[in-house]
Amino acid sequence: MPEEMKVGCARPTGGPVGEKAKPAINSEEKQITQQKEEGMIKVGQKAPDFTAPAYLKGKFVSVKLSEYLGKWVLLCFYPGDFTFV
Amino acid sequence: MSVDSVFVHKMWNDNEISKMTEGGVPFAMLSDAGGKVGTIYGIYDDNAGVETRGRFIIDPDGVVQGYEVLTPPVGRNINESIRQVQAFQHVRNSKGAEATPSGWKPGKMTLKPGPDLVGNVWKVWTPAKEKD
Repeated sequence: MPEEMKVGCARPTGGPVGEKAKPAINSEEKQITQQKEEGMIKVGQKAPDFTAPAYLKGKFVSVKLSEYLGKWVLLCFYPGDFTFV
Repeated sequence: MSVDSVFVHKMWNDNEISKMTEGGVPFAMLSDAGGKVGTIYGIYDDNAGVETRGRFIIDPDGVVQGYEVLTPPVGRNINESIRQVQAFQHVRNSKGAEATPSGWKPGKMTLKPGPDLVGNVWKVWTPAKEKD
């Protein structure tokens, strides 16, 4: 399902999918927007979609969360490779 | 998913993880440069510049059914994550008619919430059932 990527010297990047709210005009609103973005997401609500480069069984691929609709997904974050635990 | 590049993921998988588990990592090792995805999921640690141990269960509709977040020094329990997914799958298959008591595993009794069960859970389930 994930698409294979061509890999060059530039580090491949991904990120959230879908337009974020435009920056608010006054700073107070901006702060609220920022807080909202950084807060914890809620159970029972949609998982934010994203694309991310990945290493999958010998290949470099691009993964999009929404490609996994119809399946159960465990999405795990961790501090870093080689961090012991 | 971590802030490491896919190149570092490859080295970690090929040089260490594949020595711990045959065949290496069978799923996609995602890269999140700058923690952009971790930030929208609320688990990116800005000060340290890394993701914390966040684990999200996402159902077939793309809805987050549960999450757990740990600080870096303590590892997760994959058996518990699998147990939770199995419980959510069971509840989903029952179309919400059943609920799973604490520690539930496939094959164990479930609860059927309704007027008759109010105040009567003790008759059908006790913590000792977890150990059966």
